[in-house]
Amino acid sequence: MSTTYDIAIGSEGPALEVRDLSVFYGETKAVDSVSLSVPERGVVALIGPSGCGKTTLLRCFNRMNDLIKAARVDGAVEFGGVDLYDASVDPVEVRRRIGMVFQKPNPFPKSIYDNVAFGPRINGFQGDLDALVEESLRQAALWDEVSDRLGDSAYALSGGQQQRLCIARTLAVKPQIVLMDEPASALDPIATQRIEELIYELKKQYTIVIVTHNMQQAARISDYTAFLYMGKLIEYGPTDAIFTNPREERTEAYVTGRFG
Amino acid sequence: MAPDLTYKRSRNVPEQVIGGVLFLCAAASTLVTLGVVAVLLRETIAFFGEVTVVEFVTGTRWEPMFQEKHFGVLPLLAGSVQVAACAAVIALPVGLLTAIFLSEYAGPRVQGILKPLLEILAGIPTVVYGYFALTFVTPLLRTVFPSTDVFNAASASVVVGIMIIPTVASLSEDALRAVPQALREGAYGLGATKLEVSTRVVVPAALSGIIASFILAISRAIGETMAVVIAAGNLPNLTLNPLESIQTMTAYIVQASLGDTPQGTIVYRTLFAVGMTLFLITLAMNILSQWVLARFREEYQ
Amino acid sequence: MTRSERPVDDAARTAFHRRRRLAGSVFAVVCGAATLVGVVALAVLLADVFADGFRELDVAFLTSFASRFPERAGIKAALAGSIWIVSLTALIAFPLSVAAAIYLEEYAPRSWVTRAIQTNIANLAGVPSIVYGILGLALFVRALGLDRSVISGALTLSLLVMPVIIMAAQEALRAVPSTIREAAYGLGATRWQVVRTQVLPMAMPGILTGTILALSRAVGETAPLIMVGAVGFLAFTPQGLSDSFTVLPLQIYNWVSRPQDEFRALAAAGIIVLLTLLLTMNAVAIILRNRYSSRS
Repeated sequence: MSTTYDIAIGSEGPALEVRDLSVFYGETKAVDSVSLSVPERGVVALIGPSGCGKTTLLRCFNRMNDLIKAARVDGAVEFGGVDLYDASVDPVEVRRRIGMVFQKPNPFPKSIYDNVAFGPRINGFQGDLDALVEESLRQAALWDEVSDRLGDSAYALSGGQQQRLCIARTLAVKPQIVLMDEPASALDPIATQRIEELIYELKKQYTIVIVTHNMQQAARISDYTAFLYMGKLIEYGPTDAIFTNPREERTEAYVTGRFG
Repeated sequence: MAPDLTYKRSRNVPEQVIGGVLFLCAAASTLVTLGVVAVLLRETIAFFGEVTVVEFVTGTRWEPMFQEKHFGVLPLLAGSVQVAACAAVIALPVGLLTAIFLSEYAGPRVQGILKPLLEILAGIPTVVYGYFALTFVTPLLRTVFPSTDVFNAASASVVVGIMIIPTVASLSEDALRAVPQALREGAYGLGATKLEVSTRVVVPAALSGIIASFILAISRAIGETMAVVIAAGNLPNLTLNPLESIQTMTAYIVQASLGDTPQGTIVYRTLFAVGMTLFLITLAMNILSQWVLARFREEYQ
Repeated sequence: MTRSERPVDDAARTAFHRRRRLAGSVFAVVCGAATLVGVVALAVLLADVFADGFRELDVAFLTSFASRFPERAGIKAALAGSIWIVSLTALIAFPLSVAAAIYLEEYAPRSWVTRAIQTNIANLAGVPSIVYGILGLALFVRALGLDRSVISGALTLSLLVMPVIIMAAQEALRAVPSTIREAAYGLGATRWQVVRTQVLPMAMPGILTGTILALSRAVGETAPLIMVGAVGFLAFTPQGLSDSFTVLPLQIYNWVSRPQDEFRALAAAGIIVLLTLLLTMNAVAIILRNRYSSRS
């Protein structure tokens, strides 16, 4: 079952075009024939109950699922006209352009500076690394809190600061798309609010796909929302429409909190 | 009638007795340590009644059985250090790379074949390594360097190096595996290759565990006995040339105990003085490695 | 940025990424090659031993005593001595070690005493075996007057393997899920009943595996037994605890240290017997471990 939904795609075309994507873990089908377009510059939220396949789907967008031996992917994810799952595509190249922020903050056991500089360094960045680190930390709204202690261990930061550091680390590689897997789920409400404000700023420059179990969050920050249920894409459209006037009964049941 | 919930002697007394017996068994292990220390200390003190500490620590000749006796431990210490250092040159890089291969590259099937093989390598008795050094490694060395002595430090170092590869590999692998998968994903998410993830994120994060494995392996090399007894010779010799015959602390202890050494003689006491030196060195290294490891554990908890 | 620019970088970047990929492949090969060093060393060692010793292996070799004449020499006394020593070591070390492990895992309060005992055991496991030999010589042979006997050797090796068995047993006990303990306590069992009826049976395969591996280490030990006075040349098998004895590795050492090639070949044959014994013990341990892990 695959339905195509109308999304207003700007003149630049979609950032990601997902075609008939399925993911299997051994015998179980975690994602079932999903097709959707992610528009350039904006936030797409993936929502749905636990185990609906939203994280698995997100991890397909930069081939993180390659790291799980048992996972098998069918279908296509097109990025700039290239299928990410084509045999000639190097996942390392993909991840440099499509970055990821994870559920739990996972800074490296290095200094704040080295965390941000890691990506540029491995990618052969030649230029003013200090400036790039500062720019990335500013973009992640962390600069003012850490500018005087860049040499401190990243582990000395609070959970919310660590997560913003991970975002800065991702931005320093200059990706075109940022994938976020429940980036605020391990944080307290105040830190969560800061992350949300940050996403609101970032969407002016980046395409963001975010998985969230928090429907208010999806409603607040996203432009488009996709509702997944048991591996299937039930409905996808502008966030306003999904939350105020869903076409599917299951979507309505979920967004109004009747199940999930 | 109110239920009787009091302690029953018939049940409680046996319970306490069992607990006490179990405690004694666990505490007995400290007696072993005390025994080792007491035994070593008693004869070592007697030894230093006849030989000054300064001569023992700074003397460059170890000739306790000659007419004119010399008790400088340096040649033995140098022998042990030389064998351990050369073994480390082989085993540390090979062991670490093996650990990286097993933890980061090999799939479950390859691991299933390699790990039992490494366990077998670790289980080969040291006397067998000695035989291998004498009958295989030394002839090989002599075809390359004809001046090599029949007994030489190099062949012993090679087999001791092989012997401690599994120690480095398995302990380092444990340390690498303890690095959270989230850190690897974080690096992959930035477009890092497997090499970059392994060498720039996983190995630095596991560094304390790896260093602990290095220290433990070197400590094992210093305490290693039979391979050096058989292959390195019995000539206390202060030299840096690995192709010459030498004697390690462990080899001296074996040599001295093989002959008839009556209790109370100075030769008998050298056993304990050298044994004490060996015990202190290995104990210090083991404690150091545990300390490094404990710091490593804290980082992820 | 337009779409067509995305997948293709400029030439310098492409070259940079090609180098990265190459470095990655080279590193993978280097790691694989390093892993093979150990495997190849094992293969060469075994080939060397078998090439030298296979001819000497026959029934007469197993049933003859040591001799000054290589063609008549055998390992009967050493084989018997090894079996005596390892059996006695198991009898002494196993109950004591398991009891100590049960105390540390199931009974011990979190106190500095417990921590001290635990640290001490870890340190004992790292003491060179020859130091145990010195202890055995001074304590069992001389101070207790047990002389150069089977029991002196077995006691010395028991002290040597106990820390290893204790730590393996602790690990096995720790692997028993706490829900099992809670279930038993919930039915009104005492602490010892919980341990004896639930925890110990579940941990036993793991404990036995660790014990066998530790004992196989004891079978290969030479240095401490030289210290407590096992002899390299013996024409009888031990009949009791106070008899003198020799063991396989010591007999091998005795033959290796003679210059004649004939004795070297005997040493190799002895090694084959020793390795066969060890591999059998290891195989039993692995079978136990696999049966255990497939059940849980």
